[in-house]
Amino acid sequence: MDSAVQGKDAVLAALPENRALASLLQWNTDAVLDAQYALKELTVTIARDEIRGACQAVKDADYNFLEDVTCVDWYPSEPRFQVTYHILSHSLKDRVRLISPVESIDPTIDSITPVWPSANYYEREVWDLFGVRFHGHPELRRIMMPEEWDGHPLRKDYPVEGYR
Amino acid sequence: MPTSPDLAKFVETTTLLKARPEEGSKDRTMVLNMGPQHPSTHGVLRLVIEIDGETVLKVVPDIGYLHTGIEKTCEAKFYQQVVPMTDRIDYLCPMTNNLAYVLAIEKLLQLEIPDRAQWIRVMLNELTRLNSHLVWLGTHAMDIGALTVFLYCFREREDILRLFEQVSGQRMMTSYFRVGGLALEPPLDFFDRVRDFVKLMPERIDQYENLLTGNPIFVNRLKGVGHLSAADAIALGVTGPPLRASGVDWDLRRDMPYSSYEKFQFQVPVSNDCDVWARYVVRIQEMRESVKIIEQALDGMPEGRITADAPKVVLPDREKMKTQMESLIYHFKIVTEGFTVPAGQVYQAVESPRGEMGYYAVSDGTAKPYRVHMRNPSFATLQALQTMCEGRLIADVVAVIGSIDIVLGEIDR
Repeated sequence: MDSAVQGKDAVLAALPENRALASLLQWNTDAVLDAQYALKELTVTIARDEIRGACQAVKDADYNFLEDVTCVDWYPSEPRFQVTYHILSHSLKDRVRLISPVESIDPTIDSITPVWPSANYYEREVWDLFGVRFHGHPELRRIMMPEEWDGHPLRKDYPVEGYR
Repeated sequence: MPTSPDLAKFVETTTLLKARPEEGSKDRTMVLNMGPQHPSTHGVLRLVIEIDGETVLKVVPDIGYLHTGIEKTCEAKFYQQVVPMTDRIDYLCPMTNNLAYVLAIEKLLQLEIPDRAQWIRVMLNELTRLNSHLVWLGTHAMDIGALTVFLYCFREREDILRLFEQVSGQRMMTSYFRVGGLALEPPLDFFDRVRDFVKLMPERIDQYENLLTGNPIFVNRLKGVGHLSAADAIALGVTGPPLRASGVDWDLRRDMPYSSYEKFQFQVPVSNDCDVWARYVVRIQEMRESVKIIEQALDGMPEGRITADAPKVVLPDREKMKTQMESLIYHFKIVTEGFTVPAGQVYQAVESPRGEMGYYAVSDGTAKPYRVHMRNPSFATLQALQTMCEGRLIADVVAVIGSIDIVLGEIDR
């Protein structure tokens, strides 16, 4: 059984060779709030305002491919939203997950489209289904639901069968 | 020529007989709506295309017509009940979706899957790849105007669907994989029938190639069309055959192996041409490699159990359930309450016929997933459409859409 490693220093000790973590800590150690290594997957928690810089730092460490941007709604606890980024490195054959907590009082975060243009659709999807806004996104429109739709269906307080 | 002065004045002022409006004027371009009901958009994809004459200036995909909220529905199901939902997001490759999902949950549960189950999974995944590529080849060639190939491809696809029906009871929505293994031991003559099929397949692929690869009309429609450089492909999130056709040597089966793919020998076809033709070549080669993998799986098929040793997750054998009290209790508990999964989050990606199919599963320790997110290859690849079509003719848009092999079910979910 794998046991999870929790905390920045513990994970750094467990993974001294990991370039993503090293690069993030070198870039801005205060923006890295937490780290976890569980089930052979590295998760790094980044302060909300620093996400674009963190993505750039990871990209500079040869993690060249953005796989996915999505969100988890932890309603009713706060910070309510957890925006999740999965980033892959073709050369290192490794993957890193960045997560960023977003409070429900101000559900906004910086867009990472300047770093990876492919984030465009993913961020539109998160905006559409979770209602998290992305600063600096080129066209933040709904993508799945009709333009005039009310609410954001993947939020936990949105009923499965919709409002009737 | 105009004879009266009035007519001469009319000709001078009317725009009909003049040359086209000057560059940059609003009247020069036209906005064309393509789809959602259009045979060449492979489902319900709507494209808003801005054209200047026949030249495409801008392509804006409009998606969401098939959105059914599958991710939301998953949150209301037990873990095992999510498997049938995963079939339905990409109806051309149900087995790869099943595999990605069950691997993710097995990772959370830290289950050890017996070799036999893993090898059968690999074999069925490669059959699925053949199935999906056959549909792609048939419809892509049909879009270009080569109607014959479609019939040949669907002949072989029918064989694969029959195999699926034999093993799982369903032709398309198989739901054959279970968290912890497989639903049932394959029927007795199943492996023989698969062997008969793969023996035939290389010759059949030659047949398709005879019809298409040397066909000058087909080649002219494909070569040099839809150029996508490696840097653009990576920046736009393109995966799978389109990425390899842009010269990036990346295949999850080889580079981040799952379900014992590391035990199989196969080549990853790569092309540096970056166009629609390269995508065609790469997929055809992939079909040949899939045949090799299936043969290896048949030759080395291990004996043993097909389910993990996890009584709280895997349903017991029917026979045991009827004779042993403990098995009966487990059976009842799993069916009525599901099984709990330790809290945590995982991301599991597999190489589907269209590219990287990833499942992000978050568990809060209950019997239902807190969140299931699907990372879909076509969804990301669609973003590259603008880059590939810009400056080309409208007819090329059809070729490009065919070459990225989109399935709208997985884009919209």
